[in-house]
Amino acid sequence: MSGNYIPSHYLPVISILAFSVLVGLGALIAGLLVRPRRPYEQKLAPYESGNLPVGEPRYRFSVKFYIVAMLFVVFDVEAVFLYPWAVAYDRLGLFGFVEMMIFIVILLVGYVYAWKKGALTWE
Amino acid sequence: MIEFAILILKIAIVIGAVLLHVAYVVYFERKVIGHMQSRLGPMRVGPHGLLQPIADGIKLFFKEDIIPAHADKPIFYIAPVLGVVAALSSFAVIPFWESFHIADINIGLLYILALSSVGSYSIILAGWASNSKYSFLGGLRSSAQVISYEIAMGLSLVGVMMLAGSANLRDIVAAQSGIPFILFQPIAFFVFLMAAIAETNRAPFDMPEAESELVAGYATEYSGMRFGLFFMAEYAGMFVMSAIASVCFLGGWSGPDFWLFAHVPKVVWLLLKIYAFIFFYFWIRATLPRYRYDQLMNLGWKFFIPLALANIVITALIKLAV
Amino acid sequence: MTLPQIFFAYFAVALTGLSLLVVTRRNPVHGVMWMLILFIHVAGLYLFLNAEFLAAIQIIVYAGAILVLYLFVVMLLNLKKIEKERKFQHIWIVGLLVSVAFLTLLIPLLGKFSVYPPPGEYSVERINSEGQIMTVGRVLYTKFLLPFEIASLILLVSIIGAVVLSKRKLN
Repeated sequence: MSGNYIPSHYLPVISILAFSVLVGLGALIAGLLVRPRRPYEQKLAPYESGNLPVGEPRYRFSVKFYIVAMLFVVFDVEAVFLYPWAVAYDRLGLFGFVEMMIFIVILLVGYVYAWKKGALTWE
Repeated sequence: MIEFAILILKIAIVIGAVLLHVAYVVYFERKVIGHMQSRLGPMRVGPHGLLQPIADGIKLFFKEDIIPAHADKPIFYIAPVLGVVAALSSFAVIPFWESFHIADINIGLLYILALSSVGSYSIILAGWASNSKYSFLGGLRSSAQVISYEIAMGLSLVGVMMLAGSANLRDIVAAQSGIPFILFQPIAFFVFLMAAIAETNRAPFDMPEAESELVAGYATEYSGMRFGLFFMAEYAGMFVMSAIASVCFLGGWSGPDFWLFAHVPKVVWLLLKIYAFIFFYFWIRATLPRYRYDQLMNLGWKFFIPLALANIVITALIKLAV
Repeated sequence: MTLPQIFFAYFAVALTGLSLLVVTRRNPVHGVMWMLILFIHVAGLYLFLNAEFLAAIQIIVYAGAILVLYLFVVMLLNLKKIEKERKFQHIWIVGLLVSVAFLTLLIPLLGKFSVYPPPGEYSVERINSEGQIMTVGRVLYTKFLLPFEIASLILLVSIIGAVVLSKRKLN
């Protein structure tokens, strides 16, 4: 329960986040004051090399993108498990080495399987 | 209260310096690449074109801001801001010299990785919100590229964390007081460098801006200052990546400690290293042709990820033996 | 109210409000955007629980990976068609019943919930003195060795599942 703890060393992080939001919005607002605005239908049409736009712009895309996103989730979680292990590696010693090798080898099985099935290949 | 005022002042100084740097690094890029191709680069505005960045900035402010019909307005508005926020906020954890940093947090490296994963939203959302085919495909492609190389980048930094025993960037600099980590982690350094180029969407991995096929990718429909924000995010991102590479592999702000060199301010060493990386970015842009998209994705998944994993195993083995 | 309690109240209200925004948006991409803000708030709550490592993981894994996958799926939907459809299907009554049932299950637990539990083995000072990632690393890879190795098996299953599902779609 967050009853008595204030993460005060994160104040700079929050401040810089707020500051960068102000920089981004400030640039846009400053532009808003000076730039012209004269829209008409042809100007607002999506760019398509000078031709009239044809069809739906957000069409169905290749299933490859989903495979990449799904594999990314798995490997991202794997990387996340490696960070605390790496930091504490000096304290864990041989024991830590062996258990992480088991972890990596199990995941390598999945990696090799995905490779053999062509999930990592982009045609 | 006075502490908070100092903090805001520090943030303003760092971000002001970064914005000035962004303006001028674009000029340097045009100059460097110009000379590499036996051209002069910008020469017209001011002596040797030195006022070119200012002219460009003014132009961006006065350009009409066109929002394409049927675009998803709220998302179209916030996408570039998200990119800039992610890039600029990353400077919070960079130690510029012993006593100058904005935030001293133990999860420094993870903070950088977290922000870069939030930054990838700006690309994918810009592409989706524009309601244009080029933008959509460009955004889709470069977001898949960015997430693929994020794994390689995270894995390459594991070796650094193992050597330093910490993810705090100040501890990482302190751990390299004798020998920079590049000598112990050459493979990780190589993987990080390539992943950094892919993460910032720069040549030879500049898929979203493969002009010949996708016009300007996710930024096709952006104009005026909104386009300027994407530009800002890209160059600030290069600066962040170069700073992380300098801090994690080249010893950060530490420099030679003898003779006249000992009197040089520490931040100069850090900036020298950062600019060496930025020069490297320009150099390979002028030298190498663009990768094909399928080659790029195969390279990331089939070469860099196993290489980074192998580096972790090798590092763990060597640390056990020593 | 003390300062930490004010922050906790803010996070509690904001998290509830944001969750409602996520599920009520007509445009699913907007829903995903609210969810991104929701995850950032969850990370903020973790910071107040002195769990900075968890906060970073919350952003890296949930906001950076899982939500991107959602976004890829949601971008494929035909928005024009969805916006014309009725927002709530007749099935909503089932959803309501299930959530009320879960809520009643939670009520007896509320009595056992302590706002200020007795301090455990790892106090704030102890964790901060050696660094949070270090503590997580030391405990996770010794005391919780088995769950950690099981996690690798779960990840293996999900790789195989992803490949099998998508290959079927490809063919």
